[in-house]
Amino acid sequence: MSFRRFWSILKARNLEFFRDRSAFGWNFLFPFLIVAGFGIIFGGKTYTEYKIGVFPHSPVSVRVDRINIPDQFRKARYLKFIGIPTATEGINKLKHHKIDFLLKIGNPPYAYWVSDASPKGYVVEQMFKASLISPELDTQAQKKEIQGSSIRYIDWLFPGILAMNMMFSALWGVGYVVVRYRKNGALKRLKVTPLNAFEYLTAQAISRIFLLMFTLLVVWTGCDLIFKFTVEGSYLDLFVVFLLGSLSLTALGLILASRGTSEEFTTGILNFISWPMMFLSEVWFSLEGAPQWVQKAAQIFPLTHMLKAVRRIMHDGVGLMDVGVEITILSLMTLTFLVIGASLFSWNK
Amino acid sequence: MTALIEVKNLVKKFGKVAAVNDISFSIEPGICFGLLGPNGAGKTTTIEVIEDVIPPTSGKILYKGQPRTASFRDEVGIQFQDTALLNFLTIRETLETFQGLYRNTAGIEELAELCQLSEFLDQYNDKISGGQRRRFLLALALINQPQMLFLDEPSTGLDPQARRNLWNLIHNIKTEGKTLILTTHYMEEAQYLCDDIAIMDYGQIIARGTPQDLIKRYGQQVTVILPKNHFQPSAQQFSLPYREVKDTVEIMTDNVNACLDQLLSYNIDLSEISVRSPNLETVFLNLTGRKLRE
Repeated sequence: MSFRRFWSILKARNLEFFRDRSAFGWNFLFPFLIVAGFGIIFGGKTYTEYKIGVFPHSPVSVRVDRINIPDQFRKARYLKFIGIPTATEGINKLKHHKIDFLLKIGNPPYAYWVSDASPKGYVVEQMFKASLISPELDTQAQKKEIQGSSIRYIDWLFPGILAMNMMFSALWGVGYVVVRYRKNGALKRLKVTPLNAFEYLTAQAISRIFLLMFTLLVVWTGCDLIFKFTVEGSYLDLFVVFLLGSLSLTALGLILASRGTSEEFTTGILNFISWPMMFLSEVWFSLEGAPQWVQKAAQIFPLTHMLKAVRRIMHDGVGLMDVGVEITILSLMTLTFLVIGASLFSWNK
Repeated sequence: MTALIEVKNLVKKFGKVAAVNDISFSIEPGICFGLLGPNGAGKTTTIEVIEDVIPPTSGKILYKGQPRTASFRDEVGIQFQDTALLNFLTIRETLETFQGLYRNTAGIEELAELCQLSEFLDQYNDKISGGQRRRFLLALALINQPQMLFLDEPSTGLDPQARRNLWNLIHNIKTEGKTLILTTHYMEEAQYLCDDIAIMDYGQIIARGTPQDLIKRYGQQVTVILPKNHFQPSAQQFSLPYREVKDTVEIMTDNVNACLDQLLSYNIDLSEISVRSPNLETVFLNLTGRKLRE
């Protein structure tokens, strides 16, 4: 290993990336836009919201205090009331799952419509029925509230978006770029110099990890100024887990970079890996309640372990020792990916 | 004198096809060695095996009498016919990057002056003309002050001025005592630059020697050219072989004087006669045939 050769390639790769203004800008803009978009859409609320169509009512925003519905139902949280002029229109919307529940405004007995195919409709129906019982009779359960601050959806989503951006950047920035260099002959030119595969791949990986961490810091700082994220644990611990995650994802990118000669085929493979990883690693939604085999399959992805550790540090305030399992798995994955990537690597087409 | 490169019984197969079929040759230090051949003859494969870009199927390559070691890559310079480089780097930065890959390196300014790149050093490496790019690739191949330089079709795609300019540049490099290994399609280029030539076809070396030797051995006949309307004798009357090419007649002869005597005996007007001496192209076509190769 010659540090001089490694440094030359690392410097050249960094210059190449930072001067490619469009790719550089997009790396920062993409996660920021997604976080900002979700922040605006959900405005800090949970995304689970039940839509109740009420008729007859003009299709303008509904003043809940001015419609005739049960008081307990009116006060229930997470319900959004939508005005609908006629029953026919309401039933049509219900059929197409545009609303979860349709209610005729007026005096009791109330009339309502619900779709048997809608789980959310069933929940609203139970809520509606419960609201018809007098509160004085409801003495079977005692409410206990959880202590501490609640986790906003945006707080839960944010690390997922950052990790997803890291995944795409690591896989495409290493896997795709090296395949392109193999195809256009740039690797062949480097092969006839004293540079060896280990020096070249290390430079590629370090360059990408530096970029990933730099992006992480910039995007985190930018988003935090707007959304004021709550971090219960240590920022240093978060940084360590993100660093290990980026190492692991970059090493996975090196496997993809090791042999491919067709950009089209590599794009297919990258999509084949990145899309399931994005959906099964709980970037967007929790896998709680999903079939066991799906939950087990998700364990093969480094993103799953990185996100699990990051969310525990961020939301539960745990330390590195508490996420030791995830750290060990990520370290083993990194090592395995590096060994496979380095042993498969070829300079030639 | 010990050969700088020795190729012994080299075979390179791609599947069942032998691109290079048991060839042996050696290259003396300080000369320009040319490897010529039609498309698909096996010359690029041969060069790439010597450069250690691809492994041989069998056979040996010796460098300074020994199998090539890691230092081989430090001591040779290679210019591929065309090559992609790292994007978004200037010529200076690309040269500096390659400087960092070798132990003994030439100065950037010195190389730029040698390869006439001084004015373009701060331009991006993909924003230069074809001629500038060839000179830049040559500079890259010289960055490690190599003892031996591989040039794969260095002037392909250049206009006549740029080509002549590159030849002069290569000639100057040759005078510094470096060993050059050149593949080319341009016979004029080979004749101008090479001291020793091997002609390959179907994976084998079919002729070897200096340009003068090859011309003497394989291109003896001189071609006498006349306008067709000046050439009246019938084929039965005229004893020398000839052929019609567009508006002219080409007569092939070993003895120009005898040919001219015969033409004068038929009172043929020689005012528009031209005589073409054999050259390396004649040799190449005589040896490899005139049929189009795909």
